Amino acid sequence: MENLFNLFVRSIFIDNMIFAYFLGMCSYLAVSKTVKTSVGLGIAVTFVLLVTAPVNWLVDTYLLKPGALAWLSPDLADLDLSYLSFMIFIAVIAAIVQLVEMAVEKFSPSLYNALGIFLPLIAVNCAILGVALFVQERDYHSIAEVTVYAGGSGIGWVLAIASLAAIREKITYSHIPKPLRGLGITFIITGLMAIAFMSFMGIKI
Amino acid sequence: MSENTQTKEREPMFSAKVLKLLKNPFNLENPITVQVLGICSALAVTVQLKPAIVMALSVTIVTAFSNLIISALRNTIPSRIRIIVQLVVVATLVIIVDQVLKAYVYDVSKKLSVFVGLIITNCILMGRLEAFAMGNKPWPSFVDGIGNGLGYGLILVIVAFFRELLGSGKVLGMKVIPDFFYKIGYVDNGLMILPPMALITIGIIIWIQRSRSTELQEK
Repeated sequence: MENLFNLFVRSIFIDNMIFAYFLGMCSYLAVSKTVKTSVGLGIAVTFVLLVTAPVNWLVDTYLLKPGALAWLSPDLADLDLSYLSFMIFIAVIAAIVQLVEMAVEKFSPSLYNALGIFLPLIAVNCAILGVALFVQERDYHSIAEVTVYAGGSGIGWVLAIASLAAIREKITYSHIPKPLRGLGITFIITGLMAIAFMSFMGIKI
Repeated sequence: MSENTQTKEREPMFSAKVLKLLKNPFNLENPITVQVLGICSALAVTVQLKPAIVMALSVTIVTAFSNLIISALRNTIPSRIRIIVQLVVVATLVIIVDQVLKAYVYDVSKKLSVFVGLIITNCILMGRLEAFAMGNKPWPSFVDGIGNGLGYGLILVIVAFFRELLGSGKVLGMKVIPDFFYKIGYVDNGLMILPPMALITIGIIIWIQRSRSTELQEK
């Protein structure tokens, strides 16, 4: 239990998807103009992460890993399908995003309208595939760990995009050198925010 | 008028239009600093020069060939499922690149870790496929892929060069800052190796680029 809590805190602050690994930067830079839309996108990303990461972990553990097919028949025990993982992961993610989109449209049209175009775009958000690949690389052992890690990463992502959006809303009123306006200053702000987040690195958990 | 009809017949392999596709991504249409595509990997793999070069080459190859394949298939892909088709083509190419890297440059492949896999969701690929390959012939698409891949690589190499030089005093793993400098008190800037400086370095590159070509400035 304590282990899971540590993992949760770690994935939000120390291993923050944006500030430590730069995953999901494209939509992070493109959608962070207002706080409201960025929080909406963040929630959608977290939700998709919470669904896709455990599914991909199950697929990896029971189908793709070296020897994973042993439960099917002993003949398959030395089969290694892990080279297929990229393709399977992205297919799972694309399929689940499509399903989530349909489900949200059916059950909560208001949320669907609020998220709008962001939902289908999530399929190509690096953070989603990134979490699936990190889970594979770091060998998490139980589905609880994977779910907690995915949830934490999602919340960390929301935190990052919401705070950047808040800063960008304020910064429209300041005098920025012309060549830096827009993209340039956003990069530098993100860099400074990442330096602030580095202060969490000293915490040993 | 008569000239126009003449040139229509058959374009040479390297017409001015095709050359422009190759050249534009280096400055005015750079995928990273102008189109804002493919930032994720650009930042994470630039601690040292060698992984950055390998990454740039991998992305160039994948972009060029996926552009070629999708462009050849563009009239047969139903538009409703085009994203899935694109993802499958890209994923196949990335698997090939990943296996080749694992076989020949294992240490670099370990260093790049998940970022080779993340080429699949690299926005440059999707962006170029959607914006160019779906509406153009295979050969210009192939050139466009190479151009954008190299434009992306250029930024990667610049960022990695400065981060490695200032962060650890090396270029491509070789010491370039003489010992004499260290003796009189020069210290490597440890901050350059950490993630935040990648962002700030790209910010500065954008600054320099936009102060030189004013048409890129945002209002």
